[in-house]
Amino acid sequence: MLIRCKKASQQSENEVVSESIYQQRRDVLKQLSLAGIGLSVASQAQAGVFDLFSDDNSSQATFKQTPLQSSSSQNYANGETITAEKKVLSHNNFYEFGTAKTDPQRNAQQFKVEPWTLTITGAVTKPITLGYDDLFRIAALEERIYRMRCVEAWSMVVPWLGCPLAAILNKAQPTSRAKYVAFETLYDPEQMPGQASAYVGGNLSWPYMEGLRIDEAMHPLTLLSVGAFGKTLAPQNGAPIRLIVPWKYGFKGIKSIVRIHLLEQLPPTTWNLLAPREYGFYANVNPNVDHPRWSQASERRIDSGSIFTAKRIKTQPFNGYAEEVAELYQGMDLTRSF
Amino acid sequence: MPLLTHQRLPYVKACLHVLALAPLVYLAVAVSSGELGGDPVQRIIHFLGKGALNLLVLTLCISPLAKRYREGLLIAMRRPIGLYCFFYACLHVLAFTWLDLGLDIDLLVQELAERPYIWIGASAFIILLLLAITSPQLIRKKMRRNWQKLHNFIYLAALLTPIHYYWSVKSGWLEPLIYAFILVALLLLRKNVLLMLRKK
Repeated sequence: MLIRCKKASQQSENEVVSESIYQQRRDVLKQLSLAGIGLSVASQAQAGVFDLFSDDNSSQATFKQTPLQSSSSQNYANGETITAEKKVLSHNNFYEFGTAKTDPQRNAQQFKVEPWTLTITGAVTKPITLGYDDLFRIAALEERIYRMRCVEAWSMVVPWLGCPLAAILNKAQPTSRAKYVAFETLYDPEQMPGQASAYVGGNLSWPYMEGLRIDEAMHPLTLLSVGAFGKTLAPQNGAPIRLIVPWKYGFKGIKSIVRIHLLEQLPPTTWNLLAPREYGFYANVNPNVDHPRWSQASERRIDSGSIFTAKRIKTQPFNGYAEEVAELYQGMDLTRSF
Repeated sequence: MPLLTHQRLPYVKACLHVLALAPLVYLAVAVSSGELGGDPVQRIIHFLGKGALNLLVLTLCISPLAKRYREGLLIAMRRPIGLYCFFYACLHVLAFTWLDLGLDIDLLVQELAERPYIWIGASAFIILLLLAITSPQLIRKKMRRNWQKLHNFIYLAALLTPIHYYWSVKSGWLEPLIYAFILVALLLLRKNVLLMLRKK
């Protein structure tokens, strides 16, 4: 059982979301309940002048997200303004669908999440295989509002829905050999153009791989997310299930997971393989360790305003979650283990 | 008979203005319509930087083309294209300083000092700035032979910008390499000029 102690920084959703945004969210849910009609109207409304020049019809059909109920809502972002949903949906790093920030939204709308298979294997007593529906029944769904800090020095605040990763790991019963947890994204070049072409996918090696130390994986803040903004995940956000580790850079939050494997050795991770000097295994948010090519001391917060109103704010150690997680790294030189 | 005559030159220049400004109109419309996504800052910076790079390539194409096709008046296009290149470079620097760094000048100074790819870009920008300032005919005449010496620094800028581009991207190195290849090819066309520079 998870015993949750409420930290001073945590507020519930209704304390921090302005009335207008709260109403907008309810409106979104209402529109969704009109499923078919609502979606066709929305996609036409989005079609702009630029669609005349593109010959792909992917923008005509939008991926269908369904509303999700959560048993609780906790704010782990100290009441900072939640990023506009539109921006969370149209500013993504998901190289499987292309390297430009707008590519995932454009190229992922046909992505098939049903059926889905997620396996938990390796150093566990009870290996587990989950189907699509099972993903939503691992444990009671919680809404958690987290800061999301990208290694590229921009950040958002997102209301995720999901359950602690520990919930599913405990069910699988890790053995004493389980020192690390490795994750893998779906490999399907037919659906993911970035995997089919090195040019589209920016020369990454596929499938995308990520990893955590077992104590990081078992930490109550580490979330397996199946939704955001009150509904199932959009494909560009990593549908149907993704990882959220709020004190680490965003690239640790592997998307569209098909495999969770527990093992004894430190697993290889995708960005680390590509540029080991720039992206470490730990990737803890750290204002004192710069990326070789830019400062990590501050970040551009993407909120609900325009590009001219976005503010540059100071980056906090462990993205503001030091109180909860700093003890995991006691005695480690975080400048070397970045 | 060359195609480009004194009579036709104004029309060609008018076309240049339209073509050079059209991408900015596209950018403004695309940003405001949401076409470039929820947070287009990175896209704006890259778009403007690449605009400057394209115009730099174009200025370097002018004299080989003029020689090859005996279109002497084409040389008259080099100055406005070069100035547009500088204009895009200004917007690129402005977008980086304002939209990305939030006009945090301390951060800008710090980044300039610490990041090789930024000071490489800044060096290229300073070269373009000097060339733009000295581009009016009056100054050109006053500078005499020094003018050509100064303006030969365009070749250095042409080497620095693809390095700056290559170094600034997270992955996807093909495009910067293509630019580097084109620019080196354009410099090789001027092999003789460059060798003369070395002898001096």
